[in-house]
Amino acid sequence: MADSNAPKPSSSVKLVLLGEAAVGKSSLVLRFVNNDFQENKEPTIGAAFLTQKCNLPSRTIKFEIWDTAGQERFASLAPMYYRNAQAALVVYDLTKPTSLVKARHWVAELQRQASPGIVIALVGNKLDLTNDGEPGRGDGDGEGVEGEDSGDARKVSTEEAKSYAEEESLLFFETSAKTGYNVADVFTAIANAIPETSLKSTRGPGASNAVSRGGEEQRVNLNGPRETAKEGCAC
Amino acid sequence: MKSARPPLPPRPSLQATPKDRASLQSKPTTALSSMTIQTLSFPDGSRGTFSTTVENSTTNDGTSPTDGHDVSAMGFHPIGSARKQDTDESMSVMSMAPTLRPPGDLESLLVGDMAKRSPAWMLLRSQSASVQPFEVIRADQPSTFAGFEREFDDIPDESDKDWNDGDRLQVWKSKLKHYMILSSAGKPIYSRHGDLGLINSSMGVVQTIISFYEGAKSPLLGFTAGDARFVVATEGPLYFVAISRLGESDSQLRAQLNALYMQILSTLTLPVLTNIFANRPSTDLRRPLQGTETLLSSLADSFTRGSPSVLLGALECLRLRKSHRHSINNAFLKARAEPLLYGLIVAGGKLVSVIRPRRHSLHPSDLQLIFNMLFESGGIKAAGGENWIPLCLPAFNNRGYLYMYVSFLDGGPDDSASTTDTADTTDGDEAVAIILISPDKESFFALQKMRDDVVTELKKKGHLDLIKATAVKGRPSVTEIASSTHISHFLFKSRANVQFCMPSLQPTFNSLISRRRLMSLYSHLHAAMHARHSHLKVLHCVSDEATSLAWITPIFEFYCVAGPNTSRAVMTQGANKIMQWAKREEERLFIIGGGVF
Repeated sequence: MADSNAPKPSSSVKLVLLGEAAVGKSSLVLRFVNNDFQENKEPTIGAAFLTQKCNLPSRTIKFEIWDTAGQERFASLAPMYYRNAQAALVVYDLTKPTSLVKARHWVAELQRQASPGIVIALVGNKLDLTNDGEPGRGDGDGEGVEGEDSGDARKVSTEEAKSYAEEESLLFFETSAKTGYNVADVFTAIANAIPETSLKSTRGPGASNAVSRGGEEQRVNLNGPRETAKEGCAC
Repeated sequence: MKSARPPLPPRPSLQATPKDRASLQSKPTTALSSMTIQTLSFPDGSRGTFSTTVENSTTNDGTSPTDGHDVSAMGFHPIGSARKQDTDESMSVMSMAPTLRPPGDLESLLVGDMAKRSPAWMLLRSQSASVQPFEVIRADQPSTFAGFEREFDDIPDESDKDWNDGDRLQVWKSKLKHYMILSSAGKPIYSRHGDLGLINSSMGVVQTIISFYEGAKSPLLGFTAGDARFVVATEGPLYFVAISRLGESDSQLRAQLNALYMQILSTLTLPVLTNIFANRPSTDLRRPLQGTETLLSSLADSFTRGSPSVLLGALECLRLRKSHRHSINNAFLKARAEPLLYGLIVAGGKLVSVIRPRRHSLHPSDLQLIFNMLFESGGIKAAGGENWIPLCLPAFNNRGYLYMYVSFLDGGPDDSASTTDTADTTDGDEAVAIILISPDKESFFALQKMRDDVVTELKKKGHLDLIKATAVKGRPSVTEIASSTHISHFLFKSRANVQFCMPSLQPTFNSLISRRRLMSLYSHLHAAMHARHSHLKVLHCVSDEATSLAWITPIFEFYCVAGPNTSRAVMTQGANKIMQWAKREEERLFIIGGGVF
């Protein structure tokens, strides 16, 4: 990812992944960051922090990703990760209706507690387990080509999730971390959806950090040293 | 351990002998003196009966073993000789030898039955000192370890149409080692093998047995069924059960169960665990523990594979020059972030550097949990990036969480951390990790900066490459440590530092089974040395598979293994050489004190 010619403006975007355990949050990140997939991945403990750049025509976005653990006992730590996030990926499992319920809870919590203007994307993962899993096949008439063993495991219809996403004005995608289908698109869409003003403020040198979000002081404390350190080596 | 043996060698019955031989481990003798050892080198099932009586130990003939002065400097005091007695005993062994011979086939005559040969044959055999431990294993005897290769295979799950429940239960029963955790109300929480549906009834039986004794106000600690030993530990609202056919002692199994309990505490903390069950005794603990099954299993498997670290309750360090270690410590200390409690640099599960506050030292059992999480179970390492993990270190404080920053320095997407030049060569076990622990849950970015500073500093001085190269090189072989000894492997634990070192397992103990045999032998030695009231200082064991020696002083514990034909003198000489090496290298092998702030 070399931004070769003109020095495009680059900005950092803090992004958090939330969702029930085992819906594929870490797998989505792994696919996005390393373009890799691991079958039977072990559960995340606590949270993982990763970075990845995303090139837009006009600028480079550097995602700083908090990939959180989905287990119940980590829920109380979530505010720490979404508090100053500009984007959130709320993930559910297409084959597990309860995971969409959990996703709705996360969306509600984000709308209540996170910074106003946070960009939220609702992502239904594990599309490979459904009949319209192949990117080639249209999702309209994904009629069972082979009807026997590998039947459609989909339990959450696209329409249901999509209409919910529209209601709450969320970005909406169905992805497969396993095949990589739609994964990069999610992140690109988020990058595009982040308002320019919000980008300016995070990127802005010095004091703008404190200006843009007047809330908690901890946020400023946390960001300060890290951002300087990051800039030192990344650019 | 069958301890209730008569003081003098009994004549083992014909039926008993093959059984004894079938178990691959030598029964440790209770021979007290290294001086007696030569006369004991008749491997036989009945050797466990060579217990030298206590009065023997008073007849000290005063001779030190070879290279004695060096050794006594490290705390070795020769114990009394029982030479005369042993001669008698060996004679009695010889005299009964012919009756011991089982009707074996030709192969077993040639390989396994050294003790039953003529003295001339034995003399000839004893020339071939190059026979490795466990090389001589009788094929006609059923082995405890026969199924060990499949020990870690998964039991097919319910969805597998090719398997019915009976078959799956059969596979489950074939496992040599089981761990189960259940609540005192009888709710299953964890089982290493088999999904809980499959073994629910077995769990129920276990719970019934335990609670029966609980009701009788005499808690059940353990029992034997067939060749399996059951050990039960009760921790508050939880029952822990270990079932082993690997011949571990009760106290070793109990220590393993305790480690599983510590893992649970590390996830939940003691107050939370207590609260859960105080409010609702019938709670299903699987939910709060969700996602940590892999940690419990990787811990359990490291016990089953045999872990020197767990056996000795000690840690292994990366061998580094003193000046290098010092300089790494200093770089680490210099970069210290304010909220830091403990800082560790670990390479391939071996400690490189520790920094800690003056008042606190790290407890090995806590480090064991951390190492298990980072190096045994793949979750963290595979995730890439940096991790921020709330965990409770029960030996440090079982009441609250600490926050652990983890960064693996190989690969990973983080541009400041990845070292592309060596990334390909250092996969898996040699990974270098920086672990920073803080009580402040908001301190991730402060610790991240500290990591960056440490890495920059280590890179500048070339220490990072040094650490990686050393980790990749692995442990030295025995011949590098002490050339021309016949010792195949050893464990050396420095008791003061709670650390141990050992040579490479290559090539002799490379396979899963040979490694397990070795560890079983060590665990037998360890159990015999640490048996209550044993007060053993030196123990020499001979079997037709291996010769072994254990030696304990207030300063160190030493265990070593050689081929079955190694004489006591050769063994002692080798042990002394290793001892001298350990003394010479002490400050390289062990972290003494570490960086303190």
